[in-house]
Amino acid sequence: MASIDITDVRKAYGAVKILHGVDLTIQDGEFVVLVGPSGCGKSTLLRMIAGLEDISAGEIKIGGKRVNELDPKDRDIAMVFQSYALYPHMTVAGNMSYSLRLRKTAKEKIAKAISGAAEKLSLTPLMERRPKALSGGQRQRVAMGRAIVRKPKAFLFDEPLSNLDARLREHMRGEIKKLHQDLGATSIYVTHDQIEAMTLADRIVAMNAGIVQQVGSPLDLYDRPANLFVAGFMGSPAMNMFEGVYRVANGGSVELAQGIVVPLAGPASTADGTKVTLGIRPEHVVVGKDLAGGLAAEIDLVEPTGFGTILHSRAFGRDVKAFSLERGLAERGDTVSVSFPVERIHLFDTASGSRIG
Amino acid sequence: MTRPKRLVATVAHRAAILCYVVFALFPLFWLLKVSVTPNDLLYSEGVRLWPSRTVFDHFDFVLRHSDFPLFFRNSMIVSLSTAFIVTILASLGGYAMSRFTFRGKFWIVGLMLLTQMFPLVMLIAPIFKILSPLGLTNSLSGLILVYVAFNVPFATFLMQSFFDGIPKDLEEAAMIDGATRFMAFRQIILPLTLPGMAATLGFVFTAAWSELLFALMLISGVDASTFPVGLLSFVSKFSVDFGQMMAAGVLALIPACLFFFFIQRYLVQGLTAGAVKG
Ligand SMILES: Nc1ncnc2c1ncn2[C@@H]1O[C@H](COP(=O)(O)OP(=O)(O)O)[C@@H](O)[C@H]1O
Ligand SMILES: [Mg+2]
Repeated sequence: MASIDITDVRKAYGAVKILHGVDLTIQDGEFVVLVGPSGCGKSTLLRMIAGLEDISAGEIKIGGKRVNELDPKDRDIAMVFQSYALYPHMTVAGNMSYSLRLRKTAKEKIAKAISGAAEKLSLTPLMERRPKALSGGQRQRVAMGRAIVRKPKAFLFDEPLSNLDARLREHMRGEIKKLHQDLGATSIYVTHDQIEAMTLADRIVAMNAGIVQQVGSPLDLYDRPANLFVAGFMGSPAMNMFEGVYRVANGGSVELAQGIVVPLAGPASTADGTKVTLGIRPEHVVVGKDLAGGLAAEIDLVEPTGFGTILHSRAFGRDVKAFSLERGLAERGDTVSVSFPVERIHLFDTASGSRIG
Repeated sequence: MTRPKRLVATVAHRAAILCYVVFALFPLFWLLKVSVTPNDLLYSEGVRLWPSRTVFDHFDFVLRHSDFPLFFRNSMIVSLSTAFIVTILASLGGYAMSRFTFRGKFWIVGLMLLTQMFPLVMLIAPIFKILSPLGLTNSLSGLILVYVAFNVPFATFLMQSFFDGIPKDLEEAAMIDGATRFMAFRQIILPLTLPGMAATLGFVFTAAWSELLFALMLISGVDASTFPVGLLSFVSKFSVDFGQMMAAGVLALIPACLFFFFIQRYLVQGLTAGAVKG
């Protein structure tokens, strides 16, 4: 096991810049999830750590040792690919033992290592099968097995679950977390799925357009998103965002469309008249009849999820989403009252996107 | 579709395939037929499907009293060498084309395409001029050299398409598992490309086996003649010895058939690779 230090790492393909200077330190044994929309450079960063892509500028250290110039085989990392990349002409056992055979490990040691891994992943009855004769979930487990048979310095995962159906994905998510708690291995996990990121990570690194947006614990990112991107990306249904103007009067408030004024918990660190964006998560929007300080809203869509209900409504000329665990709160066409509790409001500077309160 | 309709469609489909197979195989059948027809019946019986009497005299003559065994041996040497050399070169080249970007790649591809554009007839004289002072005319090595040169570009493109069909992830996984790029190529990629290599091998072998133009122009002595040239020796100024010529033709088919018999297992996979994922 080892720590990984990434210092001002950049990547460009010719004139096209993909990564614009990433700084990140991953502690020994930590499980870090890189999350961001498709095309933001997550895989590129992971592949640079693995040694599959050249590093245009900056430095990557694994276990304190600079690896920029090392071939993948000399970095002692293991990687699980989205496509699983199982060797089609080898059996499950052959796939899992390949790395050990390359290292000329003794036969008995190999047998022990792969039977141990097979046990952990319930692959024992499948050892003599070819990948072609396995289901998607089994292939995924073989890919995991191939990574854990040798004890590498770090595990890299590139969207390992995205080819599985929803149920299996949820199951494997749990398996991966258990495996990590078992092995305590330094892991970097790439995904575009924020639920996977939230549930698996010790720390999340949110990326967009080749720039790290925020690094923190899952609940940090959820409760105090550093900017509009993170606020909008984390959480489903997504956070409500309303553009308005900051007012210093009355201890800080935001003037929204149609002259609606929403009070804040306290003054924000910005000047009167600044364009701001008010954010509030759907589950924090209060829906009721004649709420004190509530805004009139007309319900135009009701989505029951079983677990709760998503209410889409229209207020002050804007769409307002609310999520409630209660059922039968309102029907389509009802006029209700919605309110935004001050302690739940996120405030961002619209121009820079940064959080200001 | 209703049942009878589907039946009609199936029958029509099979009938169309049958027509094609008959059309494609008829010349081969005729070759065989003439090769076993005695000379005196060749013209008298005209277009009968099978002669009233069959003999193996022509085969006997070709094998024992003509230079055909020598031609045959020459053809074997030339075709096998060409096929193996081209397949090895094309595999290495095709892998590079498929996986690497390098300076001048665009121009190399362009140049390789260019070589495929000229009718070979145009090139015979200059090639003769080049090979002659090197002592490579009238020799099997010279012929192999020319065949290799002319088959490598197409074979490289063919191999490239087979490599393109193998995900890059596989060798990347191997390299992370601890292999060098060459080991990943040899242990992971090559075994998966065997069907493609068999297809290339078969393609080049047949091309070299039946090549006539260069064989005719670059070789003048009997010692280094290949069998297509030898076949022509049955055509004399006054007559064509059809029986012996066809017997030689049948014999010439045997190695090609055997060759394809051995590689067909890979060939079918190779020709359908990419059609099925997984
Ligand atoms: N070999 C390449 N040449 C040029 N651009 C590339 C190459 N590989 C990836 N890119 C670009 O880099 C960006 C980031 O890709 P990637 O890291 O795969 O994103 P993701 O976050 O979805 O994993 C994408 O816009 C992609 O088009
Ligand atoms: Mg990716």
